[in-house]
Amino acid sequence: MKYTYYPGCSVGATANLYQDSINVVAPKVGVELEELQDWNCCGATAYMSVKELMSFAISARNLALAEPFHRDVVTPCSACYLVLNKTNHYFAEYPELRKKLGKALEAGGLSYSGNIRVRHLLDVFVNDVGPERLSELATKKLAGLRVAPYYGCQIVRPEEGFDDPDEPESMDRLIEAIGATCVEYPMKAKCCGASLMGTQEKLALKLCRELLANAVRADAHCIVTLCPLCQMNLDVYQPKVNGLFRTKFNIPVIYFTQLIGLSLGIPPRELGLHRLAVKMTKQMKDVLKGA
Amino acid sequence: MSERIGVYVCHCGTNIAGKVNIDEVVRFAEGLAGVELVRDYKFMCSDPGQAMIQKDIEGDLIDRVVVASCSPLMHENTFRKVCERCGVNPYLFTMANIREQCSWVHVDMGDSTAKAKALIAAAVSRTKFLEPLPKREVSINPRTLVIGGGIAGIQAALDLAEAGKEVVLVEREPSIGGHMAKFDKTFPTLDCSACILTPRMVQVGQHPNIKLMTYAELDEVNGYVGNFTVRVRNKARYVDPELCNGCGMCWEKCPGTRVPRKGNVHEKLSLGPTTSIYMPFMQAVPAVPVIDSGTCLYFQKGKCRVCESVCERTAIKYDMEDTFEEFEVGNIIIATGFRTFDPRVIKRYGYGALPNVMTSLDFEIMNCAAGSTSGAILMADGSEPKSIGIVHCVGSRDKHYNEHCSRVCCMYALKYAHLIKEKTNAEVFDFYIDMRCFGKGYEEFYDRLLGEDVRFVRGKVAEVSNVPVNVVEEGKLVISVEDTLVGVVRRVPVDMVVLCTGLESSVGLAEVATMCNVSVGKDGFIIEKHPKLGPVSTATDGVFIAGACQSPKDIPDTVAQASAASSAVLSMITRGMIEIESATAEINEKKCSGCRICNNLCPYLAITFDREKGVSVINEALCKGCGTCVAACPSNAIKAKHFANEQIFAEIEGLLSV
Repeated sequence: MKYTYYPGCSVGATANLYQDSINVVAPKVGVELEELQDWNCCGATAYMSVKELMSFAISARNLALAEPFHRDVVTPCSACYLVLNKTNHYFAEYPELRKKLGKALEAGGLSYSGNIRVRHLLDVFVNDVGPERLSELATKKLAGLRVAPYYGCQIVRPEEGFDDPDEPESMDRLIEAIGATCVEYPMKAKCCGASLMGTQEKLALKLCRELLANAVRADAHCIVTLCPLCQMNLDVYQPKVNGLFRTKFNIPVIYFTQLIGLSLGIPPRELGLHRLAVKMTKQMKDVLKGA
Repeated sequence: MSERIGVYVCHCGTNIAGKVNIDEVVRFAEGLAGVELVRDYKFMCSDPGQAMIQKDIEGDLIDRVVVASCSPLMHENTFRKVCERCGVNPYLFTMANIREQCSWVHVDMGDSTAKAKALIAAAVSRTKFLEPLPKREVSINPRTLVIGGGIAGIQAALDLAEAGKEVVLVEREPSIGGHMAKFDKTFPTLDCSACILTPRMVQVGQHPNIKLMTYAELDEVNGYVGNFTVRVRNKARYVDPELCNGCGMCWEKCPGTRVPRKGNVHEKLSLGPTTSIYMPFMQAVPAVPVIDSGTCLYFQKGKCRVCESVCERTAIKYDMEDTFEEFEVGNIIIATGFRTFDPRVIKRYGYGALPNVMTSLDFEIMNCAAGSTSGAILMADGSEPKSIGIVHCVGSRDKHYNEHCSRVCCMYALKYAHLIKEKTNAEVFDFYIDMRCFGKGYEEFYDRLLGEDVRFVRGKVAEVSNVPVNVVEEGKLVISVEDTLVGVVRRVPVDMVVLCTGLESSVGLAEVATMCNVSVGKDGFIIEKHPKLGPVSTATDGVFIAGACQSPKDIPDTVAQASAASSAVLSMITRGMIEIESATAEINEKKCSGCRICNNLCPYLAITFDREKGVSVINEALCKGCGTCVAACPSNAIKAKHFANEQIFAEIEGLLSV
C-alpha cells in the first residue's frame, strides 16, 4: 500500500514525536509513505478564515503537485486533512472558485483536475491496514492499559468523513485490536481549543481541563490522539492547566501510532515517547511491563 | 380529410400569454391542415371561454376540438364535458399543454412560442385520427374499507356507519384507539383524552354497520373505484374473541414478561399488563387479549399453558393460525396515522444511552393515569425530578432527518410544561426554535404558560450530556444551547430531558400506498390529489386519505379530515355510478395468435384466454388502458383505444413538422 505523504508543518516541529513513530510504525504495518516533494503549508484552519482564496490556492498547489502520482494523499494532521479536503470540496462545487484557482495554479506552471483523494493516516490504519491485521502484528498485546481515545473535532467534521461526527469509533477498534481497553470517554470528539491557545489562552485551557478531567475520571492511564495540535495542547499545556485551575493532572497524551508501536514491541525511544512533556507515568509503565 | 377542427388558445391571464406570443401561435394554427377556425381567449376554462367552443360546435362550424392551455390533469375533464354537452364525443377532444410544459418552464419567449406551436401541431395532427368512444360507467359498492383504527379511522368509520353504510375497519394492533389512546390530556383544552375517545371506540365495537378487524393487516387490493376486492390477513391472536369475555384472569396469572418487570421506572413504562398475554391498555376495543408469542413461555419453551388452565371460557387457542379474509368494497379510506421519530440516531441527545432522557411518547405514557406510574412524573430511580428540560424539534425541521415541521410538538410541549408544573415542584426549561401555536386557542394556551413560571429559551439544543464542568452540574444532564434571544451559549443542568420527537409516516405506509396505488412524497406521507382543493382525495379514484398519513396533524385537524373523507365517500355512494375512462385495450381476434404473452403481463388481471376460439380476451371492466399488453403483443393484435398507433404517429409527425 503506497501513498503520497503530506506531513504538514507540525510533525516537523512541535509534533516531531508523531513523525518519529510514523517513521518506524508505518513500514512495519505495510504502509509505504512517499513524501510529496516541494509541498507547502496548507495554511491551517486559521488562514482559511482570514484569506480564504489564498488559503485555497496554497492548498490546491499541494493537490496539483500530488496529482501526477495518482495515489491517495495521506496526512497525519487533522487540520491539514480538513483544509485539503475542504479545498477539494470547494474546487468541485464552485465553478467560479475553480476558475480562479486554475489561474493561480497556471501562474505556477501547475494544473489540477480535482481527482485526488485526501485521507487521514488514521483512516489508512483503520480501513486499509485494519484492526485484524494489527492484531496479528501486535506481538505485545497491551492488556490492562486503559486508554481514553481522543479524536478532536477536525477529523470528524464536517460529517462526510470516514467516521461518525458525534461518536467516532474507528480508533477505538484499533486500540481494542492491540489489546488495550477504551474507557468511556464522552469528550472524544470535543474541541481542545486548538489555536485559541495562542489568542484566548484561558478559554483554551478551560477546554483542555474538561478533556483531561474526564479522562482521569474514567480512570484512563493515558489519552491517545491523532492530531498534532490536540496532543500539544493537552500535553505541553497540562502544567499550565494545573496552575490555573489548581488541578493535579499528570496524564500522558500520546499518538495512536506510538501506542501501536508499543504493541509492535518497538522501544519507546524510537517512538519518540521520550519527547513527551508529561512523561509516561510509573503506573502506565508498570501496566506496559506487565502486559 | 373531412374533419373540422377548432383550436382554442388560452392566455391563462399572463401565465401563458406572458411567455408565448399568442398572435403568432394563432396565425400558425390557422395554417394547419384540418383546422377550421382558431380563437384565443384570456381564460378558456371560464364560462365565456367554454361558451365560445359551444357556440362553434352548435353553429356546426367544427366537429373536433383542440384546446391549448394547461395540463390535462387540470382541465381535460372541463373541456370534455363541453364537447359532450354539445353532442361531440368527448374523445374527439385533445388538450395541448402550453403552460406547465411550455410557458412555465421556458425563460425565452421565442423558445416557448416555438414549443407551443409544435405542441399544437401535434395535437391537431392527432385529433384528425381520434375515434369516438362509448361512455363507460360502473356501479359503486356501498361498503367502505377504512385502514387504521386511530382517531382518524374511528371518526371516518362512525360517520359512514351512522349514515347507514357498511364499513370494514382494519387495525393491525390488538385494539383500536391509536396514539390518542396513549395520551392523558389533550392540548390546548386539557380535556381527558380517554374520556373523549373511549366512548367512540366502544361505539365502533358495537355498531351494527361496522365490521371491526383488529390485529389484522391489509394483504392485497385489486380492482378499481367502486369495485375493489380486498384481502386482509387476520394475525393469530391465540385467543378466540368469540369465547373470551375479557375477564383478565389470564394476564393476572401469566408468568411471561413482555415489558421487563425488573427495570427502572422508565424501562417498565406500560399502559396495559406487562405479561406475555396482554391487552395494550385496559379500555381496549375489543376487550380481548393477545399472546405475544415472542415472550410467551409456551411458544418459547414448550411448556407453561397457565393462561389456558385459568381460562374458564376455554378461549385460549395455541394452535390458532393466520387466516385470510376477502371481501368487496367500493371505496377505501387510508388512515394509517404516524410513528414518532426515533431519536437514537441523534447521538448528541443521548436517548438510549443516558438515563432520564425520554421521548415524548414515553412521557405521554408516564403521564397517563392508567399507566404504570399512575400518571406520576418520576425519574428512572423513582424519585421526583427537580428540573426538567423539554427539547423541541427533535427530528423535525432538521435537514439531516426530516425537513417538515411536525405541527403538534410545540403544543404538546406546552402541555407537558403545564402538566409538570401541576404535578411536581420541578423547574421547567422549554427549548424551542419558534413557537408555532397556530390553532384555535393555541396562542392563548401559550400565553397562559408564559404566566406559569416556565423558562422558555429560544434556541436549538446542541447536546445533552452527562459530563459536568462544575459542581452544579455534577450528577445532572446538561443541556447545551445557544440562547438566540440573548445571544449567549448556555449550559442548563436538569434532572430529566423530554425530547419532542417529530412525526413520521407510520411503519408500512409505503406498502399500503403501493397496494392502493397512491403515491408517497419524499417526506414519506401520502400525496393528496390537490394540496388545497383535494386534500382528502388521491390520484386514484375511490381511494381517500384521512389524518396523519397525509401530513402531521393534531386531533382537531385529523377529525375534520376524517369527516371530510367520509363525506367524499358518501357522495360517491349516493351517486351510485361513476364514469370511468373509455380508453381501454382491444384485441383483434383475427390477428391474435393465442400466444398468451399478454395474459400474465396485465397488472389488472383483465386478460383471460378463450380456449374455444384460441384467442386472448380483455375484460373491459377491469382494463385500465395502461398499454402494457399493447406493447408486448408480438402480432400487433392489441390496440389501445385513444392511443392507437396511427394516433401516436400522427402526433409525433405533427410535433416534428414545426
